[in-house]
Amino acid sequence: MVGIVIVSHSEQIAEGIKTLAGQMAGANQKIIAAGGMTDGSIGTDAIRISEAVAAADSGDGVLVLVDLGSAIISTETAFELIEPEVAARVVIADAPIVEGAISAAVQASIGATLAEVKAAAEMAKAMQKL
Amino acid sequence: MSKTLFGMIQALQETISSQEAFLTELDGAIGDADHGINMNRGFEAVITKFTEEDTDIGASLKKLGMTLLSTVGGASGPLYGTAFMRAGAEAQGKETLTLEEAEVMLAAAIKGIQDRGKAVKGEKTMLDAMMPAQDALKQAVAEGLSVVEGLEKACAAANEGIEFTKTIRATKGRASYLGDRSIGHQDPGATSFTLMLETATKYLKA
Ligand SMILES: Nc1ncnc2c1ncn2[C@@H]1O[C@H](COP(=O)(O)OP(=O)(O)OP(=O)(O)O)[C@@H](O)[C@H]1O
Ligand SMILES: [Mg+2]
Repeated sequence: MVGIVIVSHSEQIAEGIKTLAGQMAGANQKIIAAGGMTDGSIGTDAIRISEAVAAADSGDGVLVLVDLGSAIISTETAFELIEPEVAARVVIADAPIVEGAISAAVQASIGATLAEVKAAAEMAKAMQKL
Repeated sequence: MSKTLFGMIQALQETISSQEAFLTELDGAIGDADHGINMNRGFEAVITKFTEEDTDIGASLKKLGMTLLSTVGGASGPLYGTAFMRAGAEAQGKETLTLEEAEVMLAAAIKGIQDRGKAVKGEKTMLDAMMPAQDALKQAVAEGLSVVEGLEKACAAANEGIEFTKTIRATKGRASYLGDRSIGHQDPGATSFTLMLETATKYLKA
């Protein structure tokens, strides 16, 4: 099953999205929150993200949802810190973090491939709200 | 006073600490007012991980970079973190450096920042101080200058780079949200790089 990692500057945002998406996807879906810094500050931490990716991976790959700015730079840095074998099956979604995470988690929970989960997340970008 | 790597790292930490408010104020004008706070949090963590026993420049810069990755928090964390790690990779097992080696390390640091942040010269980032500094070092190597002379030229070039950042619009990072309103302000990252370079130069000169 494809794992999901939520990277936000804020620990509460990442945890909140994890709860929200988990409610739709069910308890078996791996969703790991990697928000904020270990001391509670706002920010992104490449090492925390690399650990989250390792925890989310069960062999079928991991999709990472990011908020903005350094979330992307720290996530790409994290990819360099994990085993190349795992890094080869981890991708960042170009998607809004809340809607993208929900779509991705639902898709992953039904056993979709990494490419399908990524496409589901990215479709959320075009979703009209009104 | 004998000069050590630990002494230099302490000097860097003292500079970042004393300039924390200034760097944060610069970031307040065009960003989210955290660059000084971020850098200071990073160097406060760094200083706890070093002692006089740390003499291998390569291994030390790698450790320094890894620490910044997980403690700075903003874009400057993975960018400086990668920069120090890439520079360290060029100095494995070395306890002293020539000017030429320093230039190679700065070039590797710049490449690391570009790999990560995908910025080029003229986007109002730390690169606008780092790239002129590297050019100056290259020229100093060609002219056969001493390490301190070469670094002084690099400091002058980096300061000109800061002045240049005042004249341009930011197209990378938080400041890019401001568009033309970023013109007239100097870039916080270009400033922190220049402060670190000046500190290292003064430390070696003293
Ligand atoms: N893509 C980039 N390439 C090179 N330097 C960059 C890039 N983005 C930002 N910077 C540098 O980082 C500095 C800002 O660092 P700071 O620690 O304040 O991070 P931040 O922008 O607040 O991060 P975040 O994206 O988490 O909000 C800028 O002044 C600039 O020099
Ligand atoms: Mg900032």
